[in-house]
Amino acid sequence: MHEMALSRGLVDLIVERAAAEQVTQVTRVFLEIGALSHVAPEAITFCFDVVSRGTVAEGAKLEIARPPGRAWCAGCAREITIAARDEPCPECGGHGWMVTGGEELRVTELEVS
Amino acid sequence: MCTLCGCGGAAPTDDGGTTPPHRHGPADHHHHHHHHDHHGHDHDPGHPSPAPTRRLRLEQDLLAKNDRLAAVNRATLAGHGAFAVNLMSSPGAGKTTLLVRTLTELAERPDRRPAVVIEGDQQTSVDADRIRATGTHAVQVNTGKGCHLDAAMIGHALRHFSAAELAGLVLIENVGNLVCPAGFDLGEAARVVLVSVTEGEDKPIKYPDMFATADLMVVTKVDLLPHLQFDIDRLGAYARRIKPSLPILAVSATTGAGLSAWYDWLDSGAAATARTAAEVAPAAD
Repeated sequence: MHEMALSRGLVDLIVERAAAEQVTQVTRVFLEIGALSHVAPEAITFCFDVVSRGTVAEGAKLEIARPPGRAWCAGCAREITIAARDEPCPECGGHGWMVTGGEELRVTELEVS
Repeated sequence: MCTLCGCGGAAPTDDGGTTPPHRHGPADHHHHHHHHDHHGHDHDPGHPSPAPTRRLRLEQDLLAKNDRLAAVNRATLAGHGAFAVNLMSSPGAGKTTLLVRTLTELAERPDRRPAVVIEGDQQTSVDADRIRATGTHAVQVNTGKGCHLDAAMIGHALRHFSAAELAGLVLIENVGNLVCPAGFDLGEAARVVLVSVTEGEDKPIKYPDMFATADLMVVTKVDLLPHLQFDIDRLGAYARRIKPSLPILAVSATTGAGLSAWYDWLDSGAAATARTAAEVAPAAD
Protein backbone atom coordinates (compact mmCIF):
# COMPACT_ATOMS: atom_id res chain seq x y z
CA MET A 1 0.00 0.00 0.00
CA HIS A 2 1.85 3.08 -1.23
CA GLU A 3 -0.45 5.28 0.87
CA MET A 4 1.61 4.16 3.88
CA ALA A 5 4.78 5.61 2.40
CA LEU A 6 2.94 8.79 1.40
CA SER A 7 1.46 9.15 4.89
CA ARG A 8 4.91 8.80 6.41
CA GLY A 9 6.12 11.55 4.10
CA LEU A 10 3.15 13.68 5.12
CA VAL A 11 3.88 13.22 8.84
CA ASP A 12 7.55 14.08 8.21
CA LEU A 13 6.51 17.34 6.52
CA ILE A 14 4.18 18.20 9.40
CA VAL A 15 6.69 17.37 12.13
CA GLU A 16 9.39 19.42 10.39
CA ARG A 17 7.15 22.47 10.06
CA ALA A 18 5.73 22.10 13.57
CA ALA A 19 9.23 22.02 15.03
CA ALA A 20 10.21 25.15 13.08
CA GLU A 21 7.14 26.96 14.43
CA GLN A 22 7.40 25.51 17.95
CA VAL A 23 3.96 23.96 17.56
CA THR A 24 3.09 21.12 19.92
CA GLN A 25 -0.29 20.07 18.51
CA VAL A 26 -1.61 19.94 14.97
CA THR A 27 -5.39 19.78 14.95
CA ARG A 28 -6.24 19.69 11.26
CA VAL A 29 -4.32 18.93 8.08
CA PHE A 30 -5.61 20.26 4.76
CA LEU A 31 -4.83 18.10 1.76
CA GLU A 32 -5.59 18.15 -1.93
CA ILE A 33 -5.91 14.72 -3.51
CA GLY A 34 -6.95 15.09 -7.13
CA ALA A 35 -9.53 12.77 -8.63
CA LEU A 36 -6.88 11.49 -11.06
CA SER A 37 -4.09 11.06 -8.50
CA HIS A 38 -2.97 7.52 -7.71
CA VAL A 39 -4.13 7.76 -4.12
CA ALA A 40 -7.23 6.62 -2.27
CA PRO A 41 -8.19 9.26 0.33
CA GLU A 42 -9.63 6.69 2.72
CA ALA A 43 -6.35 4.75 2.62
CA ILE A 44 -4.41 7.93 3.39
CA THR A 45 -6.70 8.62 6.35
CA PHE A 46 -6.24 5.08 7.67
CA CYS A 47 -2.46 5.15 7.29
CA PHE A 48 -2.14 8.66 8.68
CA ASP A 49 -3.85 7.62 11.91
CA VAL A 50 -1.29 4.85 12.31
CA VAL A 51 1.91 6.67 11.38
CA SER A 52 1.08 9.94 13.17
CA ARG A 53 0.92 8.26 16.59
CA GLY A 54 3.35 9.75 19.04
CA THR A 55 3.91 12.85 16.89
CA VAL A 56 2.47 16.38 17.01
CA ALA A 57 0.06 15.25 14.31
CA GLU A 58 -1.51 12.51 16.42
CA GLY A 59 -5.26 12.94 16.47
CA ALA A 60 -5.23 15.57 13.73
CA LYS A 61 -8.20 15.48 11.36
CA LEU A 62 -7.49 15.23 7.66
CA GLU A 63 -9.54 17.67 5.59
CA ILE A 64 -9.27 16.34 2.07
CA ALA A 65 -10.30 18.41 -0.94
CA ARG A 66 -10.80 16.51 -4.20
CA PRO A 67 -10.03 18.70 -7.20
CA PRO A 68 -11.82 17.19 -10.22
CA GLY A 69 -10.05 15.65 -13.16
CA ARG A 70 -9.56 18.11 -15.98
CA ALA A 71 -8.29 17.44 -19.45
CA TRP A 72 -7.80 19.04 -22.83
CA CYS A 73 -9.64 17.14 -25.53
CA ALA A 74 -7.80 17.30 -28.84
CA GLY A 75 -10.95 16.22 -30.71
CA CYS A 76 -13.11 19.02 -29.29
CA ALA A 77 -10.27 21.53 -28.80
CA ARG A 78 -11.63 22.39 -25.37
CA GLU A 79 -11.21 21.72 -21.69
CA ILE A 80 -13.34 18.90 -20.28
CA THR A 81 -13.98 17.36 -16.87
CA ILE A 82 -13.32 13.66 -16.43
CA ALA A 83 -13.82 11.44 -13.38
CA ALA A 84 -11.41 8.65 -14.33
CA ARG A 85 -8.60 7.91 -16.76
CA ASP A 86 -10.53 5.38 -18.82
CA GLU A 87 -13.46 7.73 -19.44
CA PRO A 88 -14.26 9.02 -22.91
CA CYS A 89 -14.64 12.72 -23.58
CA PRO A 90 -18.22 13.63 -22.56
CA GLU A 91 -18.52 15.76 -25.72
CA CYS A 92 -17.07 13.66 -28.53
CA GLY A 93 -16.70 10.22 -26.94
CA GLY A 94 -13.02 10.06 -27.83
CA HIS A 95 -10.04 9.20 -25.65
CA GLY A 96 -7.64 11.65 -27.23
CA TRP A 97 -7.43 13.94 -24.23
CA MET A 98 -4.52 15.06 -22.08
CA VAL A 99 -4.80 15.54 -18.34
CA THR A 100 -4.44 19.18 -17.29
CA GLY A 101 -5.54 18.93 -13.66
CA GLY A 102 -6.76 16.63 -10.93
CA GLU A 103 -3.44 14.91 -10.21
CA GLU A 104 -2.78 16.99 -7.09
CA LEU A 105 -1.26 15.26 -4.11
CA ARG A 106 -0.24 17.88 -1.62
CA VAL A 107 -0.64 19.31 1.82
CA THR A 108 -1.79 22.91 1.66
CA GLU A 109 -2.27 24.04 5.24
CA LEU A 110 -2.07 23.02 8.89
CA GLU A 111 -4.33 24.11 11.73
CA VAL A 112 -2.34 24.17 14.93
CA SER A 113 -2.99 25.05 18.52
CA MET B 1 2.52 24.00 29.09
CA CYS B 2 0.22 26.11 26.98
CA THR B 3 0.09 24.61 23.50
CA LEU B 4 -0.65 27.94 21.87
CA CYS B 5 2.45 29.84 22.78
CA GLY B 6 4.51 27.70 25.13
CA CYS B 7 3.73 29.78 28.22
CA GLY B 8 3.52 27.89 31.51
CA GLY B 9 -0.21 27.23 31.46
CA ALA B 10 -2.38 24.15 31.59
CA ALA B 11 -1.28 20.82 30.18
CA PRO B 12 -2.53 19.92 26.69
CA THR B 13 -5.84 18.13 26.63
CA ASP B 14 -5.95 14.49 25.62
CA ASP B 15 -9.11 14.77 23.58
CA GLY B 16 -7.31 14.54 20.30
CA GLY B 17 -6.27 18.13 20.36
CA THR B 18 -9.47 19.59 19.02
CA THR B 19 -10.16 21.58 22.18
CA PRO B 20 -7.67 24.22 23.23
CA PRO B 21 -6.36 23.69 26.74
CA HIS B 22 -7.38 27.17 27.76
CA ARG B 23 -8.74 30.30 26.19
CA HIS B 24 -6.23 32.86 25.15
CA GLY B 25 -8.10 36.02 26.06
CA PRO B 26 -6.29 39.33 26.36
CA ALA B 27 -6.06 38.97 30.15
CA ASP B 28 -4.31 35.62 29.98
CA HIS B 29 -1.34 36.94 28.13
CA HIS B 30 -1.15 40.40 29.48
CA HIS B 31 1.65 39.45 31.85
CA HIS B 32 4.13 38.42 29.23
CA HIS B 33 3.65 40.37 26.06
CA HIS B 34 7.33 41.07 25.99
CA HIS B 35 7.99 37.38 25.38
CA HIS B 36 6.11 37.24 22.13
CA ASP B 37 8.75 38.56 19.76
CA HIS B 38 10.74 35.36 19.55
CA HIS B 39 7.78 32.96 19.51
CA GLY B 40 7.12 33.24 15.81
CA HIS B 41 3.46 33.87 16.56
CA ASP B 42 1.07 35.90 14.51
CA HIS B 43 -0.72 37.25 17.57
CA ASP B 44 -1.89 40.79 17.27
CA PRO B 45 -0.26 42.69 20.15
CA GLY B 46 -3.66 43.74 21.43
CA HIS B 47 -5.23 40.24 21.11
CA PRO B 48 -8.45 41.68 19.65
CA SER B 49 -9.80 38.31 18.47
CA PRO B 50 -8.39 35.48 20.53
CA ALA B 51 -8.27 32.37 18.37
CA PRO B 52 -7.80 28.92 19.85
CA THR B 53 -6.06 27.76 16.70
CA ARG B 54 -4.11 29.25 13.85
CA ARG B 55 -3.27 28.20 10.34
CA LEU B 56 0.11 27.57 8.75
CA ARG B 57 0.38 27.49 4.99
CA LEU B 58 2.43 24.58 3.72
CA GLU B 59 1.79 23.96 -0.01
CA GLN B 60 4.04 20.93 -0.30
CA ASP B 61 3.72 17.97 -2.61
CA LEU B 62 3.58 14.69 -0.67
CA LEU B 63 6.05 13.25 -3.13
CA ALA B 64 8.38 16.25 -2.96
CA LYS B 65 11.15 14.40 -1.13
CA ASN B 66 11.03 11.43 -3.50
CA ASP B 67 10.91 13.75 -6.50
CA ARG B 68 13.97 15.64 -5.26
CA LEU B 69 15.92 12.41 -4.87
CA ALA B 70 14.69 11.22 -8.27
CA ALA B 71 16.01 14.43 -9.83
CA VAL B 72 19.40 13.72 -8.26
CA ASN B 73 19.34 10.16 -9.65
CA ARG B 74 18.33 11.47 -13.08
CA ALA B 75 21.23 13.92 -13.10
CA THR B 76 23.65 11.20 -11.94
CA LEU B 77 22.44 8.78 -14.60
CA ALA B 78 22.54 11.41 -17.33
CA GLY B 79 26.04 12.40 -16.27
CA HIS B 80 27.21 8.82 -16.83
CA GLY B 81 25.33 8.49 -20.10
CA ALA B 82 23.03 5.84 -18.65
CA PHE B 83 19.70 4.98 -20.25
CA ALA B 84 17.69 3.94 -17.20
CA VAL B 85 14.51 1.94 -17.71
CA ASN B 86 11.98 1.25 -14.97
CA LEU B 87 10.26 -2.07 -15.71
CA MET B 88 6.93 -2.58 -14.00
CA SER B 89 4.23 -5.24 -14.12
CA SER B 90 2.12 -7.45 -11.94
CA PRO B 91 3.98 -10.39 -10.30
CA GLY B 92 4.73 -13.16 -12.76
CA ALA B 93 4.38 -11.16 -15.98
CA GLY B 94 7.90 -12.15 -17.00
CA LYS B 95 10.10 -9.19 -16.17
CA THR B 96 13.06 -11.27 -15.02
CA THR B 97 12.74 -13.78 -17.85
CA LEU B 98 12.69 -10.97 -20.41
CA LEU B 99 15.72 -9.37 -18.78
CA VAL B 100 17.70 -12.63 -18.67
CA ARG B 101 17.19 -13.24 -22.38
CA THR B 102 17.78 -9.57 -23.23
CA LEU B 103 21.06 -9.42 -21.31
CA THR B 104 22.25 -12.74 -22.73
CA GLU B 105 21.58 -11.71 -26.31
CA LEU B 106 22.84 -8.14 -26.01
CA ALA B 107 26.10 -9.44 -24.48
CA GLU B 108 26.72 -11.49 -27.63
CA ARG B 109 26.58 -8.45 -29.89
CA PRO B 110 29.79 -6.99 -31.25
CA ASP B 111 28.56 -3.46 -30.43
CA ARG B 112 27.51 -4.38 -26.90
CA ARG B 113 26.89 -1.63 -24.37
CA PRO B 114 27.48 -1.92 -20.65
CA ALA B 115 24.35 -3.08 -18.84
CA VAL B 116 23.52 -3.37 -15.16
CA VAL B 117 20.38 -4.36 -13.30
CA ILE B 118 18.72 -3.17 -10.10
CA GLU B 119 16.31 -5.80 -8.80
CA GLY B 120 13.46 -4.83 -6.52
CA ASP B 121 11.67 -7.48 -4.49
CA GLN B 122 10.17 -7.59 -1.04
CA GLN B 123 12.41 -10.54 -0.15
CA THR B 124 15.06 -12.92 -1.50
CA SER B 125 17.82 -12.43 -4.06
CA VAL B 126 16.38 -15.08 -6.37
CA ASP B 127 15.85 -12.65 -9.25
CA ALA B 128 19.25 -10.97 -8.86
CA ASP B 129 20.85 -14.44 -8.86
CA ARG B 130 19.12 -15.23 -12.16
CA ILE B 131 20.42 -11.97 -13.62
CA ARG B 132 23.96 -12.57 -12.30
CA ALA B 133 24.00 -15.96 -14.01
CA THR B 134 24.09 -14.02 -17.31
CA GLY B 135 27.33 -12.34 -16.20
CA THR B 136 25.57 -9.03 -15.53
CA HIS B 137 26.26 -6.99 -12.40
CA ALA B 138 22.97 -6.91 -10.48
CA VAL B 139 22.14 -5.22 -7.19
CA GLN B 140 19.23 -6.60 -5.22
CA VAL B 141 17.08 -4.14 -3.29
CA ASN B 142 14.82 -5.80 -0.74
CA THR B 143 11.96 -3.50 0.16
CA GLY B 144 10.81 -5.60 3.12
CA LYS B 145 7.13 -4.81 3.48
CA GLY B 146 7.45 -2.02 0.93
CA CYS B 147 5.40 -2.46 -2.21
CA HIS B 148 7.47 -0.33 -4.58
CA LEU B 149 10.95 0.99 -5.21
CA ASP B 150 11.56 4.63 -4.39
CA ALA B 151 14.17 7.16 -5.45
CA ALA B 152 16.21 6.79 -2.24
CA MET B 153 16.61 3.03 -2.82
CA ILE B 154 17.79 3.62 -6.37
CA GLY B 155 20.21 6.31 -5.19
CA HIS B 156 21.80 3.81 -2.81
CA ALA B 157 21.86 1.05 -5.41
CA LEU B 158 23.58 3.26 -8.00
CA ARG B 159 26.59 3.63 -5.70
CA HIS B 160 27.38 -0.04 -6.23
CA PHE B 161 28.20 0.50 -9.89
CA SER B 162 31.30 1.98 -11.46
CA ALA B 163 31.14 4.90 -13.87
CA ALA B 164 32.03 2.58 -16.73
CA GLU B 165 29.21 0.19 -15.82
CA LEU B 166 26.71 3.04 -15.82
CA ALA B 167 27.62 4.23 -19.33
CA GLY B 168 24.97 2.08 -20.98
CA LEU B 169 21.74 0.40 -19.91
CA VAL B 170 20.49 0.59 -16.32
CA LEU B 171 17.56 -1.79 -16.12
CA ILE B 172 15.46 -1.44 -12.99
CA GLU B 173 13.05 -4.26 -12.22
CA ASN B 174 10.45 -2.84 -9.89
CA VAL B 175 8.47 -4.82 -7.34
CA GLY B 176 5.77 -6.84 -9.08
CA ASN B 177 2.76 -4.58 -8.54
CA LEU B 178 0.63 -2.59 -10.98
CA VAL B 179 -0.50 -0.07 -8.37
CA CYS B 180 2.10 1.36 -6.03
CA PRO B 181 5.17 1.79 -8.27
CA ALA B 182 3.21 4.11 -10.59
CA GLY B 183 3.50 7.14 -8.30
CA PHE B 184 7.20 6.95 -7.51
CA ASP B 185 9.66 8.57 -9.87
CA LEU B 186 13.00 6.78 -9.61
CA GLY B 187 14.89 9.11 -11.91
CA GLU B 188 14.51 6.75 -14.85
CA ALA B 189 14.58 7.90 -18.47
CA ALA B 190 11.71 5.64 -19.50
CA ARG B 191 8.99 3.53 -17.96
CA VAL B 192 8.02 0.20 -19.42
CA VAL B 193 4.94 -1.70 -18.33
CA LEU B 194 4.72 -5.40 -19.09
CA VAL B 195 1.47 -7.31 -19.46
CA SER B 196 1.50 -11.07 -20.05
CA VAL B 197 -1.13 -12.74 -22.19
CA THR B 198 -2.07 -14.96 -19.25
CA GLU B 199 -3.52 -11.88 -17.56
CA GLY B 200 -6.77 -10.10 -18.45
CA GLU B 201 -6.95 -7.73 -21.42
CA ASP B 202 -8.53 -5.18 -19.10
CA LYS B 203 -5.42 -4.55 -16.99
CA PRO B 204 -4.92 -1.05 -18.46
CA ILE B 205 -8.38 0.16 -17.49
CA LYS B 206 -8.20 -1.53 -14.08
CA TYR B 207 -4.81 0.02 -13.25
CA PRO B 208 -4.87 3.22 -15.30
CA ASP B 209 -2.25 5.16 -13.31
CA MET B 210 0.42 2.66 -14.28
CA PHE B 211 -0.42 2.83 -17.98
CA ALA B 212 -0.89 6.60 -18.03
CA THR B 213 2.74 7.09 -16.98
CA ALA B 214 4.27 4.37 -19.17
CA ASP B 215 6.43 5.12 -22.21
CA LEU B 216 6.10 1.61 -23.66
CA MET B 217 3.89 -1.42 -23.13
CA VAL B 218 5.43 -4.83 -23.75
CA VAL B 219 3.04 -7.74 -24.12
CA THR B 220 4.87 -10.87 -22.95
CA LYS B 221 4.47 -14.66 -23.36
CA VAL B 222 2.86 -14.29 -26.80
CA ASP B 223 4.02 -17.84 -27.60
CA LEU B 224 1.11 -18.96 -25.38
CA LEU B 225 -1.54 -17.17 -27.47
CA PRO B 226 -2.65 -20.31 -29.36
CA HIS B 227 -3.62 -21.87 -26.04
CA LEU B 228 -5.51 -18.90 -24.67
CA GLN B 229 -8.56 -16.84 -25.38
CA PHE B 230 -6.67 -13.59 -25.17
CA ASP B 231 -7.52 -10.72 -27.48
CA ILE B 232 -4.29 -8.80 -27.91
CA ASP B 233 -6.05 -6.11 -29.96
CA ARG B 234 -8.47 -5.49 -27.15
CA LEU B 235 -5.56 -5.10 -24.72
CA GLY B 236 -4.04 -2.54 -27.08
CA ALA B 237 -7.34 -0.67 -27.39
CA TYR B 238 -7.72 -0.51 -23.61
CA ALA B 239 -4.15 0.70 -23.20
CA ARG B 240 -4.62 3.43 -25.80
CA ARG B 241 -7.84 4.47 -24.10
CA ILE B 242 -5.61 5.39 -21.15
CA LYS B 243 -2.72 6.72 -23.25
CA PRO B 244 -3.44 7.15 -26.96
CA SER B 245 0.23 7.56 -27.89
CA LEU B 246 1.49 4.47 -26.01
CA PRO B 247 3.79 2.32 -28.19
CA ILE B 248 3.14 -1.41 -27.87
CA LEU B 249 5.45 -4.37 -28.52
CA ALA B 250 4.52 -8.05 -28.39
CA VAL B 251 7.29 -10.47 -27.42
CA SER B 252 8.09 -13.96 -26.26
CA ALA B 253 11.23 -14.38 -24.20
CA THR B 254 10.90 -18.13 -24.79
CA THR B 255 10.76 -18.22 -28.60
CA GLY B 256 12.39 -14.84 -29.19
CA ALA B 257 9.41 -13.54 -31.15
CA GLY B 258 9.31 -9.74 -31.27
CA LEU B 259 12.54 -9.30 -29.33
CA SER B 260 14.37 -7.49 -32.13
CA ALA B 261 11.87 -4.62 -31.85
CA TRP B 262 12.45 -4.54 -28.08
CA TYR B 263 16.22 -4.40 -28.62
CA ASP B 264 15.74 -1.63 -31.19
CA TRP B 265 13.72 0.34 -28.64
CA LEU B 266 16.48 -0.07 -26.04
CA ASP B 267 19.14 0.83 -28.62
CA SER B 268 17.42 4.01 -29.73
CA GLY B 269 16.94 5.11 -26.12
CA ALA B 270 20.55 4.34 -25.23
CA ALA B 271 21.85 6.06 -28.36
CA ALA B 272 19.78 9.19 -27.65
CA THR B 273 21.06 9.27 -24.07
CA ALA B 274 24.67 8.84 -25.20
CA ARG B 275 24.25 11.69 -27.71
CA THR B 276 22.85 13.97 -25.02
CA ALA B 277 25.66 13.04 -22.62
CA ALA B 278 28.25 13.82 -25.29
CA GLU B 279 26.64 17.21 -25.98
CA VAL B 280 26.58 18.32 -22.36
CA ALA B 281 30.01 16.88 -21.46
CA PRO B 282 32.87 19.38 -21.37
CA ALA B 283 34.65 19.43 -24.69
CA ALA B 284 37.75 17.25 -24.72
CA ASP B 285 40.97 18.80 -25.96
